[in-house]
Amino acid sequence: MPLPRWFHLLGSPPFVYGFAGKLTPWLGAASFLLLAIGGYWGLVVAPTERVQGEVYRILYIHPQTAYVGMMAYVVMAVAGGIGYIWRIKLAHAVAVTAAPIGASFAACALATGAIWGRPTWGTFWQWSDPRIMSETLLLFLFLGYLALRAAFEDREKADRVSAILAVVGVVNIPVIHYSVVWWNTLHQGPSIMKVGSPSIAPEMLVPFLIMVAGFTLLFYWLLLNGLRGEIVERERDARWIRQLVEARG
Amino acid sequence: MNAFSMILARDLRIAFRRFGEVSTPLLFFVIVVSLFPLALSPNADVLREVGTGVLWVSALLSSLLALEGLFRGDADDGSLEQLMLSPVPLGITVLAKVAAHWLIAVLPLIALVPVLALSYALPLQALPTMIAALLLATPTLSVLIAIGAALTVSLRRGGSLVGLLILPMTAPLLIFGSRATDFGVHGEPTAGPLYLLAALAVSAVALGPVAIAAAIRVGVE
Amino acid sequence: MTSPVALRARDLAVWRGERCLFEGLDFDLAERQLAVVIGPNGAGKTTLLRVLAGLSLPSAGTLTWHGAPVGSLPLEQRGAIAYRGHLDGLKKDLTVLENLRFHATIWGGSAAVEPLLQELKLVEVANSRVRHLSAGQQRRTALATLKLSNAKLWILDEPTTNLDAEGRARILDWIRQHRAAGGAAVVATHQPDEFSEPGTLLMEL
Repeated sequence: MPLPRWFHLLGSPPFVYGFAGKLTPWLGAASFLLLAIGGYWGLVVAPTERVQGEVYRILYIHPQTAYVGMMAYVVMAVAGGIGYIWRIKLAHAVAVTAAPIGASFAACALATGAIWGRPTWGTFWQWSDPRIMSETLLLFLFLGYLALRAAFEDREKADRVSAILAVVGVVNIPVIHYSVVWWNTLHQGPSIMKVGSPSIAPEMLVPFLIMVAGFTLLFYWLLLNGLRGEIVERERDARWIRQLVEARG
Repeated sequence: MNAFSMILARDLRIAFRRFGEVSTPLLFFVIVVSLFPLALSPNADVLREVGTGVLWVSALLSSLLALEGLFRGDADDGSLEQLMLSPVPLGITVLAKVAAHWLIAVLPLIALVPVLALSYALPLQALPTMIAALLLATPTLSVLIAIGAALTVSLRRGGSLVGLLILPMTAPLLIFGSRATDFGVHGEPTAGPLYLLAALAVSAVALGPVAIAAAIRVGVE
Repeated sequence: MTSPVALRARDLAVWRGERCLFEGLDFDLAERQLAVVIGPNGAGKTTLLRVLAGLSLPSAGTLTWHGAPVGSLPLEQRGAIAYRGHLDGLKKDLTVLENLRFHATIWGGSAAVEPLLQELKLVEVANSRVRHLSAGQQRRTALATLKLSNAKLWILDEPTTNLDAEGRARILDWIRQHRAAGGAAVVATHQPDEFSEPGTLLMEL
């Protein structure tokens, strides 16, 4: 099928390498700025929550890392799908870069969830919390993806096989999430503060959203940086890379 | 006879001739289920509490054992690529193989469940629900394991990887299936989770072969 | 009068990782034509044949069978290509007869199985499992399946290797019959002289 010109540009490694290189400083600066503002606001300035005390401040980190983890999987699946259907190597490069970043965010989500859980529930781990379960399964999906890739020596085969796995996984994620939520409604556990419910006071909502934006930009900053490295690695014998190296002196 | 039935019949015939291989996962199922009381407690009340879960997880793992090599035999002797080149669409071939192995490996497993369930002091009235839930959940399970088998078909030691790839995705089946069984044990309405399992089964059987065929094509290259 | 083009390759290239096996391959294979692929071991003959059969994707270029891309043939064209590589494609736990009947039904071939068994001297082992056959008998069984399909393109990877004189003569004869009936063939071989005829396409890797 005929594709628009910008699509072809997006498939050109030198172009993306250069474009990403120009974009990353802005993304990095913006994300660090947002994280600094939101972090200071949320962790220091915002009023203490009545019920949970200081530990509620994890609200400014935990849900965001969980959300970014899930977004990373979607990015991985979409990129893999594009790479598989239109045989665009750069799309596969995006997918493979997103995987470890997403896994790290998912792991952070679990770690911050545990930190939250200890004072709140009395235990580090609460199996019945649907978000913890979903996030754990998401982490396993990332690890499975990475393990599958590692098992193949042929990079092209690894790309295409893991693209299929990522698409199958992304279709499964809503099902998994729904089933875990349903499962949790059957187990009357202690009522955990519902994140994102309308009952968040406005002075907490604003830093919350700033952190969402900050972490999202952080993800894309990490992604583009990693992508540039991945491009260089995949294209290391290409002429444009050699020219770049020579130009650097 | 149409292609689906021919391939189904062929795989059944081969399985019967390799009966030793086919019965290994069944024995595994029985052994694992028998080990839990040793590890937990032979107390009937404890067993009744955990019985549903133990049976479901053991069935899951045994199915994994039975199906993870679904395509490897055909890949090794070249018959898989012959089927790929034949007039039969790969999706049909795949569906026929999954169906054959469900009949040969999973159905006998489900047949063993009533006896094992009784040994866990699960009440008789829970059995119909448990069987129904297993019958509805296992097609989806087989399709998921087949996806894993297809993704790893060209790997020498791919078997252990299939579990890592697929087991997280079986969480919904485990949740709906064991909850349905629990409802059955306590006499509560079971329609909800059973319908969900049925919906998942229909989706898996309709969509799964696409992913499986795609994975096989990449693997056989 | 020239026959219509059956298999067409344009700018075909295959890379395996960093290594280029071949690139810029162009050819038109007509109906009734034979193509012979020669080259040292490891040069990529098997890879080329698998690409031509549609089992592997090329890294670049197009490959069409009567206009349709080989990797995704339309429903009516499915089964048009038969490939015989180093693997037999037989189920070792089924008997010769069961294997052949299965293949005939799946591929829609109209040839009768019994005369084939006679011709290939497989009558005594017809009801034995392939597992119990000698290597030669297994090869002959695998060969028999060629006649049990309606495939118009035969892609054969070193078909005469390890065959005695009678076996080699039989293959050559079958290829001749196949071409006479309108089929095309691509054969990889170490003995191109066996196949040299006017009009044969030669590809050297």
